[in-house]
Amino acid sequence: MLQIKDVYASVEGKDILKGISLTVNAGEVHAIMGPNGAGKSTLASIIAGKEEFELTKGEITINDEDITELGAEERAHKGVFLSFQYPVEIPGVSVTNFIKTAINENRKAKGLEDMPASEMLKKIKEKADLLEIDRKFLSRSLNVGFSGGEKKRNEIFQMAMLEPKLAILDETDSGLDIDALKVVANGVNKLKNKDNAVIIITHYQRLLDYIVPDFVHVIMDGKIVKSGTKQLAYELEEKGYDWIKEELV
Amino acid sequence: MSLKEKLQSSYLAFEDHLQADSPLHDVRNEAMKCFEAKGFPSKKEEAWKYTSLNALLKKEYSIFPKNENAIEFKDVKEYFLNDIDTYKVVFIDGIYSSFLSQITHDVIDVCLMSSALNKSKYSSIIETYFNKAANSDSLTSLNTAFAKEGAYIRIAKHKEAQKPIEIINFATGTEAATMLQPRNLIIVEENAHVQIIERHQSLNKNEVLTNSVTEIFLEKRANVDYYKIQNDTQNASLIDSTFINQERESICSVHTFSFGGKMTRNNLNFKQLGERCDSILNGVTIIEDKQHVDHNTLVHHIAENCESHQDYKGVFDDSATGVFNGKVYVEKEAQKLDAFQKNNNILISDKATINAKPQLEIFADDVKCSHGCTIGQLDEDALFYLRSRGIATKEARALLMYAFANTVLESVKIPELKGRINKLIANKIGVNLGFDL
Repeated sequence: MLQIKDVYASVEGKDILKGISLTVNAGEVHAIMGPNGAGKSTLASIIAGKEEFELTKGEITINDEDITELGAEERAHKGVFLSFQYPVEIPGVSVTNFIKTAINENRKAKGLEDMPASEMLKKIKEKADLLEIDRKFLSRSLNVGFSGGEKKRNEIFQMAMLEPKLAILDETDSGLDIDALKVVANGVNKLKNKDNAVIIITHYQRLLDYIVPDFVHVIMDGKIVKSGTKQLAYELEEKGYDWIKEELV
Repeated sequence: MSLKEKLQSSYLAFEDHLQADSPLHDVRNEAMKCFEAKGFPSKKEEAWKYTSLNALLKKEYSIFPKNENAIEFKDVKEYFLNDIDTYKVVFIDGIYSSFLSQITHDVIDVCLMSSALNKSKYSSIIETYFNKAANSDSLTSLNTAFAKEGAYIRIAKHKEAQKPIEIINFATGTEAATMLQPRNLIIVEENAHVQIIERHQSLNKNEVLTNSVTEIFLEKRANVDYYKIQNDTQNASLIDSTFINQERESICSVHTFSFGGKMTRNNLNFKQLGERCDSILNGVTIIEDKQHVDHNTLVHHIAENCESHQDYKGVFDDSATGVFNGKVYVEKEAQKLDAFQKNNNILISDKATINAKPQLEIFADDVKCSHGCTIGQLDEDALFYLRSRGIATKEARALLMYAFANTVLESVKIPELKGRINKLIANKIGVNLGFDL
């Protein structure tokens, strides 16, 4: 599904990614771990199409189609979804209106009519229940005054509504207490199927207890320096990242 | 002949029709003298530093319309608030249109300034109120001298206008350039309540210069919500001066939505004469091309325990220019005041300009006054967030502009009007988001 081929990227002239290659197939869950500043969030942003990040070399394809020249909205239309580490607050636009707009904009891009209101309401109800989201929450302004946990839950709610092919969860576990973490993980697991894929970016293996990855990759200084199975996440939790550095030397 | 000279000779002709020795005539003469002495304002004056009238004053305006022009309701239907019943005071090229209007004398007076100015039964009201809130600025004086027609509204003690009142001034543009000078007088007595919507609308692309003056008097505990919709055509310019006198415990809000027109200058003046008044001044400006909108506000605090709240939002694209000149003047007696002023601006293009000048002059020592002014761009992170959800750039920008203007929009108390303004904004930005905020 996703192929990242030898990608180099920089922001404001500073090199962040220095030759990353990664293949994610449909049905797989990949975890990307690494110390602060290693380039994890940059990788997420560059897949989602954030323009401040300049792809200086390499190629990113979704289902064999090069997406590197596409705008963020076009990538979304191709099924890319990024759950933000810091979701943006939009006063005056309710969660419901926002998600309606997003869904219908995606449908418009595919040449479809707006989703009928009854279908939309049914879907919103179903997905809100899945993530144990209170109905009152849906009429609040998007992310305005939301707690850290509410913001993350709202991100996964949007994911549930948009049903992406490739979901990238950028530190979705940060700011979540254990109950919220379980709800979010449960939501992701229910949305997971053989046709879609998930990339989890995290510092800790805690979330990986609930969303079990098929592969774990370690990014250091803009490169994937080690890949393995879930076992690798436990080792990192226990021993930190220094032993990998030492291995590399 | 310059416009000033033309106005002087028009005034002499106009004077012939006036009752020679009435107090009103004296007021007009005095005002005309004032205009003659001051002339049109120039950029040399501090209050007009960023707004030039030069180009506008060079046009050959017709001062009094030559013909009465009729218009069909279907051609102007879109400018009315159709979803709800309203009182309507409608003028076509400065002349009252009974056909398009719906006025009343039942309990409340929603009628014509010409009646108030000319009929003897109103003479004591005119003596008490006419030109008593207005200042002696040259343009206001000019309007006073020529004041002939407009809306006259009086809500008696403890009464409430059951429907909003629409004051609409149409310009047919049958002449190449027209100058209009509507004059409104609104008296809201003790504990009375009214909602008013004012609009100036040109119906074609000919030049129109409107010099409008509105005086509003709020007696004890009166409540007024006033909405100005400024969405005129590309060659229509408006100088809109509003003077509001508030007695104790009265509440007055004025919302100004400026989306269209060539040059718009809003002079909004509040005077708080009694204790515990509240004045609310809100504005949303969204303009592009070479449009110019200048908000010049003054809140004059004279009495104790009062409040004023100003919230002006501006979005400027292309070579549009905006001015926000907001002054809060606090007299020594105006203790325990809470005055708040906010002006936030977004510049969409590199060529757009905003001149923001908040001013506080405080002579009291126990007051709470704050002001904040920002100038920025649309938040790139927010834009990316929306686009990453599949919302196209144009729609995403529109959504952010809505969000930006929202604090003002949500304080509009007439839901149908709010819906209408939402649509105006959507049309303005060229999107259809399919929902109202």
